[in-house]
Amino acid sequence: MRISELFAKGEFVLTAEVGPPKGFNLDHLLHEAEEFLQDIHAINVTDCQSSVMRLSSLATCKALKDKGLNSIYQLTCRDRNRIALQSDLLAAAYFGIDNMLALTGDHTVMGDTKQAKPVFDLDSVSLLHCVKTLESGFDIAGNELDGDPPKFTKGAVVSPCSDSVDVQLAKMERKVEAGAEYFQTQAVYDSEKFIRFMEKAKQFKIPVQLGVIIPKNAGMANFMNNNIAGVSIPAWVIEELKADKEKTKAGITGVEIVAKIIKECREHCQGVHIMALGWESKVPALLEQSGLK
Amino acid sequence: MLITALKTPDEIRASAGAKTVIISCEGCKEVHFPEAEALALYQELKDSGNALKVIRTEYVCSPENLTVQTKKHLDLIESADTLVVFSCGVGVQSVSEKFAKKPVFAGCDTIPLPGYQGVTPLEVDCDQCGECYLNSTGGICPIASCSKSLVNGQCGGCKDGKCEVDKEMDCAWERIYKRLEKLELLENMKYPAKLRNFAP
Repeated sequence: MRISELFAKGEFVLTAEVGPPKGFNLDHLLHEAEEFLQDIHAINVTDCQSSVMRLSSLATCKALKDKGLNSIYQLTCRDRNRIALQSDLLAAAYFGIDNMLALTGDHTVMGDTKQAKPVFDLDSVSLLHCVKTLESGFDIAGNELDGDPPKFTKGAVVSPCSDSVDVQLAKMERKVEAGAEYFQTQAVYDSEKFIRFMEKAKQFKIPVQLGVIIPKNAGMANFMNNNIAGVSIPAWVIEELKADKEKTKAGITGVEIVAKIIKECREHCQGVHIMALGWESKVPALLEQSGLK
Repeated sequence: MLITALKTPDEIRASAGAKTVIISCEGCKEVHFPEAEALALYQELKDSGNALKVIRTEYVCSPENLTVQTKKHLDLIESADTLVVFSCGVGVQSVSEKFAKKPVFAGCDTIPLPGYQGVTPLEVDCDQCGECYLNSTGGICPIASCSKSLVNGQCGGCKDGKCEVDKEMDCAWERIYKRLEKLELLENMKYPAKLRNFAP
């Protein structure tokens, strides 16, 4: 199901992210998705996240669909040129996958295969343009498609807490112009920053889902602060994670922190996007504590 | 700026034949070239009897200049079985085109090849992509200055104004935005999605 229909109905749209394995056994991923993500409207499947080679996003989306779960096909421009990207989009359409999320992608040097050629023939903006072109019945070279054109709900990302937030907003506008129908954000830990961002972003009249990551411990928070672009974790979060190590280890503190952020931001956005990073099992508790279930 | 680095001595020794002529381009003053190491290597090749001659010259990137500079060495070059060229990639290609019948080897790796690779090197970066973006980007080239050569704006990998690939490197799109903001030309960035043309 296209999630644009949910946004149109005014639903507060819940999505969560899963990362395919480095192998072709999907039993664990599918089990976790069925067990913990039943209340989620659509499951994002990452595309070789952080430039680490893994099972394809497309195959995983298909496997989720076969289990009756709705998915969002994440597609980066790092590994494929415009021919391959269009071909894979048609494959997604063939499988009945109808939500996609366009990303430029991390550089190859960020991952585990640093020698690989970084492609970037397209980027997030031109990929959205490309999807829109396919939807009009033509490929990017202007050749007519056989049969019905594909139709996707086209998503994109933005970093509300980036230190370059104005530059991010400028890019967001380009994505809207190119066809983005919804946005998922980079992880937010500073509600005030997010709310200030939304004051500016609402001019685009496009649904925005608040992005969240459940922090696992203070070390992870510090790592993200120092290394992950667009993520800025305030001191209070780190202090809370340090306060009771057992509680933090059990995931209780992380869930409390994120639930607080969701509650503070809820009226300013149109949904939540949960990047569980292996903690899919905490998602039901998070939804409950956030008042989303 | 052109920046070249010597290939490893082993690679250079392997490419030098029994009768080698070395062409060492020392034309661009701005070229960062490891001169002392190169001279030591020339000497070593001479001592081993492999190097017939070291032609120290300049601007071999220019075919006309290359013709003039090598005119008096044509017999020697003719007798050589290998030419090893110490220059940027453009120089190596000019030599191999001129002496098409000779095996020509590069003694250097050209690390970036920004600026105009000719007799008038500039301090700005240009990848000669054939579709100049400078009019839209405040005179800062996104092809040469962005790690991903993005033409539609900043990616999500900018932290504290630096690039995710190299923390010492300024994010090109951050620079572009700031420049356009200063020039009050931010509207320039609002062009329709651009797709690069990679057709030869």
